[in-house]
Amino acid sequence: LALYFHSGEREEKCIIEDIPSDTLVIGNYKVQRWDIHKQDFLEYAPGLGMFVTVTTPSAEVLLSKLYGPKGTFSFTSYLSGEHVICLQSNSTRFVAFAGSKLRIHLDIRVGEHFLDESVVQAKDKVNEVNSRLEHLIEQIHHISKEQNYEREREEKFRKTSEETNSNILWWAIVQTLILISIGIWQIKSLRDFFISKKLV
Amino acid sequence: AARRGAGGMRVGMRVGMLALAVLLCALRAGRAGGTELTFELPDSDKQCFHQELERGLKFTLDYQVITGGHYDVDCYVEDPNGRTIYKETKKQYDSFPHRTEVKGVYTFCFSNEFSTFSHKTVYFDFQVGDEPPILPDMSNRVTALTQMESACITIHEALNTVIDSQTHYRLREAQDRSRAEDLNGRVSYWSVGETLILFVVSIGQVMLLKSFFTEKRPGSAST
Repeated sequence: LALYFHSGEREEKCIIEDIPSDTLVIGNYKVQRWDIHKQDFLEYAPGLGMFVTVTTPSAEVLLSKLYGPKGTFSFTSYLSGEHVICLQSNSTRFVAFAGSKLRIHLDIRVGEHFLDESVVQAKDKVNEVNSRLEHLIEQIHHISKEQNYEREREEKFRKTSEETNSNILWWAIVQTLILISIGIWQIKSLRDFFISKKLV
Repeated sequence: AARRGAGGMRVGMRVGMLALAVLLCALRAGRAGGTELTFELPDSDKQCFHQELERGLKFTLDYQVITGGHYDVDCYVEDPNGRTIYKETKKQYDSFPHRTEVKGVYTFCFSNEFSTFSHKTVYFDFQVGDEPPILPDMSNRVTALTQMESACITIHEALNTVIDSQTHYRLREAQDRSRAEDLNGRVSYWSVGETLILFVVSIGQVMLLKSFFTEKRPGSAST
């Protein structure tokens, strides 16, 4: 696992994934705890686990499980939108424990179709090319799904812009009418007032 | 369908299959590994990521701010010796390619410390690629490629380019949509606010003027 970052013991770190519907997301992680005595990150931290929570764009919880210090989680989105993947350790130590932190290694793959490793040793050349083609077809499907999703979002964007446009127009008209009618009311009211006070 | 995962490189056992296997590896070695993540950076906060890299590797860090405030973030990259190899402040998006000279842990950080109340959503793509070829004479083997295989390679590279540009457009669209929604909200709030102010001020004016001419002197006619 390549990339890692640090986090507090009880801190929740979240990753946002904006994905189309029917997309498989696979995540691998490894978590290590900082040891005060060795002044290094322990390779094995028994009892340390991570809560993995996945939330859909409609704020529903898709996945909520406790995994060990090393784990793989996966989910398939049925809605398109921003899914939030949150990682939080199950550590029950006091937050005030100075200098304690976690190192989280993380790798998230979206829509990956794993290249079958057995193909590398394939004796039959046709099979190997066949499986490469399947991989490419899978890639094309993924691109197509993303494009459909992009179309949905562009529509939403356009609606928002048009709403803003008509909002501005409507409010401008309403405010002008209010301005004119209040102006007339002011003059009329003051005129009546001055007449009643015999000043005019 | 791979969005550049952290792929490994495996070599076939038989010599005869070696070329084939190396070819398959070549199809993935162009993008040997990488991570792309989108995360939320709270105000006055900093988030760092680390990766262990070999010497002589080429990596590229692309990042873009999708939502929040003025859509800008500070970013810096440090090599294992602590030297800053890249540092930019208040950037909306940037791409930083670099060839590693030292083996060790490279750090890159995004900082929102200059902002007091806007949290930002930052996307970054850290690609590690162009590892040195497994066999020095791999280029000789290119002549042994069949048309099928070279077609596969071409299609694979083209698809990777398509995926890249899709990601680019997706981020741009997300950013623009975020701005449009902000604008819409601001227009609504300001319109309502202005209408209220209009009423309050005009009625207030009339009342004030009336009060100037209404003296509460007992028993005297107003003049």
